Amino acid sequence: MKDITCRLLVIGAGPGGYVCAIRAGQLGIDTVVIEAEKLGGTCLNVGCIPSKALIHAAEEFHKLVAIAAGKSALGISAGNPALDLAKTVLWKERIVGRLTTGVAALLKKAGVKVVEGWARFLDGKTVEVATEIGRQVIRAEQVVIATGSTAAELPSLPFGGRVISSTEALALREVPGRLVVIGAGYIGLELGMALAKLGAAVTVVEAEPRILPQYDGELTRPVAQRLRALGVETLVGAKAKGLTAAGDAVVVEASDGRTATLAADKVLVTVGRKPLTEGWGLDAIDLDRDGPFIRVDETCRTSMRGIYAIGDVTGEPMLAHRAMAQGEMVAELVAGEKRAWDKVAIPAICFTDPEIVAVGFSPEEAKAAGHDIKTAQFPFQANGRAMTLENDAGFVRVVARADNHLLLGIQGVGAGIAELSASFSLALEMRARLEDVAQTIHAHPTQSEALLESALRALGHAIHA
Amino acid sequence: MAEHVIKLPDVGEGVAEAELVEWNVKVGDVVREDATLGAVMTDKATVEIPSPVEGEVLWLGANVGDVIAVGSDLVRLKVAGEDRPAAATPRQKPATEQRRAEPTASPRAAPAPPIPAAPKPPPRLLRGAPRPEGEKPLAAPAVRLRARETGIDLRQVPGTGPAGRITHEDLDAFIARGRTLWGRSGSPARSGVEEVKIVGMRRRIAERMALANARIPHITYVEEVDVTQLEELRETLNTEKRPDQERLTLLPFLMRAIVRAIADQPTINALFDDEAGIVRLHAAVHIGIAAQTPMGLMVPVVRHVEALDLWGCAAEVKRLGEAAKAGTATRDELVGSTITITSLGALGGIASTPIINPPEVAIVGVNKMMVRPVWNGMVFLPRKMMNLSSSFDHRVIDGWEAARFIQRIKALLETPALIFTDD
Repeated sequence: MKDITCRLLVIGAGPGGYVCAIRAGQLGIDTVVIEAEKLGGTCLNVGCIPSKALIHAAEEFHKLVAIAAGKSALGISAGNPALDLAKTVLWKERIVGRLTTGVAALLKKAGVKVVEGWARFLDGKTVEVATEIGRQVIRAEQVVIATGSTAAELPSLPFGGRVISSTEALALREVPGRLVVIGAGYIGLELGMALAKLGAAVTVVEAEPRILPQYDGELTRPVAQRLRALGVETLVGAKAKGLTAAGDAVVVEASDGRTATLAADKVLVTVGRKPLTEGWGLDAIDLDRDGPFIRVDETCRTSMRGIYAIGDVTGEPMLAHRAMAQGEMVAELVAGEKRAWDKVAIPAICFTDPEIVAVGFSPEEAKAAGHDIKTAQFPFQANGRAMTLENDAGFVRVVARADNHLLLGIQGVGAGIAELSASFSLALEMRARLEDVAQTIHAHPTQSEALLESALRALGHAIHA
Repeated sequence: MAEHVIKLPDVGEGVAEAELVEWNVKVGDVVREDATLGAVMTDKATVEIPSPVEGEVLWLGANVGDVIAVGSDLVRLKVAGEDRPAAATPRQKPATEQRRAEPTASPRAAPAPPIPAAPKPPPRLLRGAPRPEGEKPLAAPAVRLRARETGIDLRQVPGTGPAGRITHEDLDAFIARGRTLWGRSGSPARSGVEEVKIVGMRRRIAERMALANARIPHITYVEEVDVTQLEELRETLNTEKRPDQERLTLLPFLMRAIVRAIADQPTINALFDDEAGIVRLHAAVHIGIAAQTPMGLMVPVVRHVEALDLWGCAAEVKRLGEAAKAGTATRDELVGSTITITSLGALGGIASTPIINPPEVAIVGVNKMMVRPVWNGMVFLPRKMMNLSSSFDHRVIDGWEAARFIQRIKALLETPALIFTDD
């Protein structure tokens, strides 16, 4: 095949890669993007989007089950609901299909050439792609590595058979009777809760002493309460040792050394993700590393001139929106603009029930960073809108510097508050002070009033508390 | 209770009005008898106005800087006692007219020294102080982007927003200032304007300078003078002098040289009444010596220099200089000069453009003395050199005359024996 020459080559069409390619195309840069699987990467195909589809379906089904059981305080009654998970998955696939088709259309509109196949570096400016129709060599002036990450595997529980990753969990044809989730991080809890709502008997095993160890205890408490209400059993401080000889149960070692056997139709291993740094010839270009990640500077440049890296392959937090922002920045850098990574806030959301939103420093993190702080939270129990949604668990919390009231962090836990993340991030990114939030009219009745009230409370004069 | 009106008293012979330069009281203050209410300045003197009675200040009749007619109401006090008819105290506002800028018969101020610094109030704390070491600059994303695109390091930009947030306006100001890197010097760029009211002495100086500069076409002539011999003579005289004699500076020599030069060119020692169109050539040589005082520029006058010897000049210069600085110079000692010398000593610079002290027609400026290499036709010799920068009223003195005058002084100073030779 005839070699392709281009100005910018993006390896990987996940949220980082495709955004980078589209932006580069918009800027008139001759751009090629390589994708081995499907456009949209993990996020669109087996991550963010499909999991949210499943979570929504589970919530809808669970509501109907509760109503059918006569538990509706609203006076609604219904017959016994039934679920055809295969149809749910088909619905999810259609959403994914619409989105990936959309990405393809956007790439085309931006004039980006898409090459399908597995890429491998030959040198810092040359990549070969194993395509369906043969070997394609692409030479580029600048290259962006956006290879992403994959689900981490446990040596004691290799994927296969009953042991599945989140990818397979999102494509189940039927609800497993007994599900053991290894790892109580956000992926395990999001999927574990959804499958519990769909009828699975779920046990979550976590090696750390508590669930969602990346968040503080205040934020995770409402989630832990909800897990109990859903009948999800949590074993913290416990380690999965492997499957039993029969292969139908997981052996777990508790913190006191005693072992237990958990019968399981499926074992979902969600112990984190690892950067995809193998199989594409990283050794051929010998980039500096930062632990398992590729080391990049504040402009996402790697140690080799002309090679950028973005997204999960560059480190934590491994979040699609971080990759997207990096991708946009790199495209503009390649176009000759002056850019650097100076984001203040990268929101992190856990789509459990209730949802957790965290932006910036938690109180403990702020103190550890040497700040003298003011902090306050406002409970949804005092929020009218939360009551009308039958879900008043949780709160919004603000963390600010004591001296000048500059916001250092905003967190919250509550039903549906993922949508509040935008105002949390905006406040931090704009370098708002408590007074700025307190002086902003927040629409009534909305859950967003909890942000206003928490800022007021930090200033010592909350109205509704 | 009664009201007592204090009028501006007669503060000096022939003085019809005075400028209020200071209030020591404000409305509502209770003043004792003899407490100072304020101060007014006449042509020469600053006069404090005491309160003749005890009472509470009800009303002040002028603002600082106003010119008040003698006899007009200055202060009203509420005093103990029976009511007196209000008619006894005329209540019209004191005449507060701007002093017209016109020459007076008694010029005082002349050349152009550096303007003394006005007393400043304590500096106000400015917003946008430098942020502590290591603190990140606070700015919204759009501001950060703009800074990056225009190549500005936000750590150098003072933020005036809440919590020191850097606004678009701060960026504008930073760019307008020429991207001053205050972060490096440790001192912040400042904004804000302090208004200093030009009153009293300063206002007189301002008016007279503007008048002199506006009306008189100055011709300024700079010539260098070799004062090596003069300095040797001065050293010798200072070594030999009697204990009661003042140490000689260069000024007495220059004053005597001027007297001699004027003998040949009487038109230089003159007062020009330009409204009448008359130049009055004075037989007496009264030399004004411009002096910097805490109140501003003053010009005490050494009278009848033609009748003084070197030591007499030295004694008078010293006495008058000290009196001017102490504010004890009398009115007579500050008026009546026929020609002026301006000298800033070590600060004299290489050349200056002195402003004539009207209605005089000449002013001689002394620049700093320094050793310079001088070519004698064979070799460079180190000579003590000093420039004279002198201005003349070109309406009545031509350049040729001016040059001749200065060349004569130069000759006298370079061969100082000539100063003492009888014609």
